[in-house]
Amino acid sequence: MLQDIQKEKGYLPEEALATIASEVKVPLSRLFSLATFYKAFSLVPRGRHYINVCLGTACHVRGGMKLLDKLERDLGIKTGETTSDNRFTLEAVRCVGCCGLAPVVVIDENFHGKLTQRELTKVLKRYG
Amino acid sequence: MDLKTYRTHVMICAGTACVSTHSLAVKEALEREIQKHGLEDEVKVIATGCIGFCERGPIAVVQPDDVFYQQLTEDDIPLLVEEHLLQGRPVEKLMYIPEGEKKPVSRMMDIDFFKHQQFVVLRNRGRMDPEEIEEYIAFDGYAGLTKALTTMKPEEIIDEIKASGLRGRGGAGFPTGLKWELCRKTKGDGKYLICNADEGDPGAYMDRSILEADPHAVLEGLIIGAKAVGAHQGFIYVRDEYPLAVKRIKIAIEQATEYGLLGKDILGTGFDFEVEVVRGGGAFVCGEETALMASVEGRVGRPSTRPPFPVEKGLWDRPTNINNVETWANIPIIILKGADWYSTLGTEKSKGTKVFSLVGKINNSGLVEVPMGIPLRKIIFDIGGGVPGGKRFKAVQTGGPSGGCIPEELLDLPVDFEALTQAGAIMGSGGLIVMDENTCMVDVALYFVSFLAEESCGKCTPCRVGLQRMKEMLTAITEGRGEEGDLERLENLARTIQDGSLCGLGQTAPNPVLSTLKYFRHEYEAHIRDQSCPAGVCKPLITYLIDVEKCTGCGVCLKACPVGAITGERKQPHRIDQALCTKCGSCMEVCRFEAIVVE
Repeated sequence: MLQDIQKEKGYLPEEALATIASEVKVPLSRLFSLATFYKAFSLVPRGRHYINVCLGTACHVRGGMKLLDKLERDLGIKTGETTSDNRFTLEAVRCVGCCGLAPVVVIDENFHGKLTQRELTKVLKRYG
Repeated sequence: MDLKTYRTHVMICAGTACVSTHSLAVKEALEREIQKHGLEDEVKVIATGCIGFCERGPIAVVQPDDVFYQQLTEDDIPLLVEEHLLQGRPVEKLMYIPEGEKKPVSRMMDIDFFKHQQFVVLRNRGRMDPEEIEEYIAFDGYAGLTKALTTMKPEEIIDEIKASGLRGRGGAGFPTGLKWELCRKTKGDGKYLICNADEGDPGAYMDRSILEADPHAVLEGLIIGAKAVGAHQGFIYVRDEYPLAVKRIKIAIEQATEYGLLGKDILGTGFDFEVEVVRGGGAFVCGEETALMASVEGRVGRPSTRPPFPVEKGLWDRPTNINNVETWANIPIIILKGADWYSTLGTEKSKGTKVFSLVGKINNSGLVEVPMGIPLRKIIFDIGGGVPGGKRFKAVQTGGPSGGCIPEELLDLPVDFEALTQAGAIMGSGGLIVMDENTCMVDVALYFVSFLAEESCGKCTPCRVGLQRMKEMLTAITEGRGEEGDLERLENLARTIQDGSLCGLGQTAPNPVLSTLKYFRHEYEAHIRDQSCPAGVCKPLITYLIDVEKCTGCGVCLKACPVGAITGERKQPHRIDQALCTKCGSCMEVCRFEAIVVE
């Protein structure tokens, strides 16, 4: 249920959690502990585009961190934050399982592989 | 089912990696072009699961000619259709050319990457559409199940699996048949089966790939297992990061149910078994079986003490048998071809094959299946084609965050469960991450410790706090603040974490640190004593410089620098202002003359 709301809304609104808690008769605290334990859930709204920089081992040794640094620098936000114009939310993930294409950045549901810092700039322009 | 016969099939890879390089657009272009030439009754395009040579995607293989095309774009398609499919002339310029050679290799099985492999688990990859049950059946699919359900008693199934010598492919290598027997012998109703597809090790993606390429094999394995242990309900716990795998396994379940291979009264034998897919929530620790079960029950995924083991008291306190994806995928073929056949593969204690994901600083990245016991050197150099760019091989990391780094001098080690453990690494789920001279081993250790510190569920203090302290010490070392005695303190702490943690995550967490300390101690010492990072990775210890001999003053780096730290006249050697440089590496990336060096 939480997964569906997350997918639909992009985050778990407090009211939705409260409704589930009373409907399914589980304490709100338990839902809160689930929502904070699992990485798939977010308690704050995300931007229009969700950027996930892969930091799996293969991406790490092939320069994934440099891509993340670049995004933090260019977007002026830290990992986990959303830009003030609500355009991007930046996150890092440990391996998306596309290691043959390392380093990989996933934006929304699109995989961008074998990226360099320069190409990343071009890729970002495609997301308004 | 499409009963028409075609003279040619074009198998186009639709695994996650190829899809992300737009293989589906290539497929559509192919179909358009085939129709344009009126070939739709002669040539069929099939979207297959991962073919494995992910580095070269999108991939297409033309059968029965076995011609391998790679890095295709939509623009290549008119030529491919016109030349190969219409005129019968394979297109050389779209074929694979091995590193350092000029002549392309046309047949897939002649390519080094494929020819040293042995396909058991990945037998159906690239030869069928994973979303069509009839294609699976055409390749002997569900024949193992039919044999097990109609001619074998549960005990006989278990004996067969025991005799095959199959060991769990999830990491620890527990004998599968023995686990099944324990579960069968435990008294209690409502036993459960679980397929662990929470593939969390960074750098490993064989389970995703198997689910995407051959979902019915996993399902068939589960049904056979259900009969053997006496379970009527199964769960497949898949990582949320694998949407395509979730989709394919759900299709497989639907189709198998429709064909009477799943659900009530399977194959008319009176045996019932249902399977449900559960999506994970993005927590590494949920790959641990007790944590996984907590997660399936809808609770926070924290491990609990064993014993009781899941086979005694698992999901909702019922006897539960958990195996991982690759293990389940081995079952149908063992039953079909027999334990005698299976046990001829591999070594004395590790039977069969193992699928590895060969990634990192390697020419041929991808998924490979090899018999157990093959030397690491053969995988990395013969199949993988060695390290790119003429760099020197430094280490290969096996077993994910619980594993270790194996140096060059141990490359002749045969891969089996025991040999890898002895070397301070583990088989794990099968990630092989190759590192070269530009990989800093302290940074790698820090990488894994940070990963584990973040993923520790927090239940056991040595794991929760110990990993944080380890992370701080390693961070200090990579920033040049390391002190004499740090290495001894790290080793000491590592032992405490190993001894004082409940689950596999904590018990194996120090392995990356211990193995790098064992084989690459000199790198740690260089960081501490000389304040230098020999591999040129740790930012606080390196400087980017311009080699005035090589710099042509083209100005490309000057434009690329995000902080304006590079100055210089056109056609004159440039220089980097160290006070401004943020060491982002942008200049090095764009320089075409190798004039940017790291010291």
